[in-house]
Amino acid sequence: MPDTTTTSAVSSAATAVLPGRAAAPGTDRDRTVRIALIVLGLSAAAAAPFVLYPVFVMKVLCFALFACAFNLLIGYAGLLSFGHAAFFGGAAYVTAHAAKVWGLDPALSILLGTGFAGLLGLVFGALAIRRQGIYFAMITLALSQMIFFLALQMPFTGGEDGIQGVPRGMLFGVIDLNRPLAMYYFVLAVFLAGFVLIWRTVHSPFGQVLKAIRENEARAVSLGYRTERYKLLAFVLSAALAGMAGGTKALVFQLASLTDVTWQMSGEVVLMTLLGGMGTLLGPVVGAAFVVMLGNYLAATSLPVPVVIGAIFVVCVLVFRRGIVGELAHRLRSRPSRDR
Amino acid sequence: MHDTILEAVELTKEFKGFTAVKGVNLRVRRGTVHALIGPNGAGKSTVFNLLTRFLPPTAGRILYKGRDITAMKPADVARLGLVRSFQISAVFPHLTVLENVRVALQRRQGNSFHFWRGEATLHALHDRAAALIEAVNLAPWTGHTAAELPYGRKRALEIATTLALDPEVMLLDEPLAGMGHEDIERTAALIRRVAADRTVLMVEHNLSVVADLSDTITVLRRGEVLAEGPYAEVSRNAEVMEAYMGAGTDGAGHA
Repeated sequence: MPDTTTTSAVSSAATAVLPGRAAAPGTDRDRTVRIALIVLGLSAAAAAPFVLYPVFVMKVLCFALFACAFNLLIGYAGLLSFGHAAFFGGAAYVTAHAAKVWGLDPALSILLGTGFAGLLGLVFGALAIRRQGIYFAMITLALSQMIFFLALQMPFTGGEDGIQGVPRGMLFGVIDLNRPLAMYYFVLAVFLAGFVLIWRTVHSPFGQVLKAIRENEARAVSLGYRTERYKLLAFVLSAALAGMAGGTKALVFQLASLTDVTWQMSGEVVLMTLLGGMGTLLGPVVGAAFVVMLGNYLAATSLPVPVVIGAIFVVCVLVFRRGIVGELAHRLRSRPSRDR
Repeated sequence: MHDTILEAVELTKEFKGFTAVKGVNLRVRRGTVHALIGPNGAGKSTVFNLLTRFLPPTAGRILYKGRDITAMKPADVARLGLVRSFQISAVFPHLTVLENVRVALQRRQGNSFHFWRGEATLHALHDRAAALIEAVNLAPWTGHTAAELPYGRKRALEIATTLALDPEVMLLDEPLAGMGHEDIERTAALIRRVAADRTVLMVEHNLSVVADLSDTITVLRRGEVLAEGPYAEVSRNAEVMEAYMGAGTDGAGHA
């Protein structure tokens, strides 16, 4: 098994570089699993458009990024937002408008959508962050409903029709995104950029404080942390990345519509994150893939989609609360101690 | 009076018609160990929460080094060097022992908002964190999560985390509550050690430890100061003895 030896050699080398982490039990095994997953995931992502329908995989990637952004907030800051559709859908409108009406570069259009979502996140966050739990969720829901009505009423959004026929355009003026493969790898690159930023954030000095706040906010305050500012930054980052996902989705489907700003969309991202496993990096990706796949599959049958998804959600909450990835990681981690 | 580091003036806290703390005057001298004792419901923890601004007072003022901190936010009070612990052990359960201490050290490094930097930027703190962990005898637990520690060890970790801020005043809320005999001795010794170069204000039920550690004791009853002074003096006070309902003031029992 030459493959395993290389991986474990890589992992022990990595452990040697990071002496601080070597003490934790199970870290070595975790690292091996992680590296294997990264290699596997990247090759699968690169090969996916040759096996699966590219638009389907791109949809999965957009929702996966959306769920990852949401997870940054709930999984690492402990904040349940019920208004993330406003960032996702809002950015979709801005990106669609920038690409179609202003004729901007696709990457720049997505960046504008991302920036818009970040600013919106700053406003939402500033208003909601002082409240806890259900009140926080309710304020974000109320604010996102306002965005929904704005999207319905404002002239540039196209009301019920949305913004249709959004051109994918030429990336940096040279790469034609109308070619499915080019578009696919562009979306993959956007997803990876977002994912890596989230991974980096979780493991950054900021991420450490965020986790401390999630675990025990009063204690974090007593250590001198002005916790509201950290939560606000987490909220803005999460909103911006959700916007990046929404903007990308607008280019993939060449459409920004009301569906993206409905409260159901906010609910869907909660579902994806919880199903996959909140507080795990890969959970939201798996959850998003699962929900998108299920939606596609059920659309071809006569089964009512919300009922099936609702039933799965109930089972998830009752049987495996950690979510798919959370449960797997837990099993993997607890096995060595059982062997001992 | 220049040696008063923390002072409460006519501190009052009302909760919906119930007065938990009534006109409390308290003066904590720099470099001393000051204990707050009293029967259950005497308002000790409320006084604690008021002093660290975790609760806003209804009336009265709080002075820290002569500066009025009554209107400050709790995080800012902590930044001034007035750091508290909690009655229920306050650790970050899913962080390792090392990370618990490191997160306290991290703030002064000034990169706590840097979400784009790697974890390696925190490794410079590992030596200091290890020294603090060693000081509370937790070295063998360094890589374990705080949730895995036995109760007494969690309290020790909490003290290490508090010490990481190098606070001028440490406020310990029942640091020995729920501890076994062995843990009590170890923690009491630890408190004595850390009190050598700072001020400690603590709420504690274990009278023998209080008697042993404290320079000054303030007895609270029904939200008011009943007596104040060194243990020998306070323990002879008839009212105090009555408040404890004959519980031996020789310190064997818990109040």
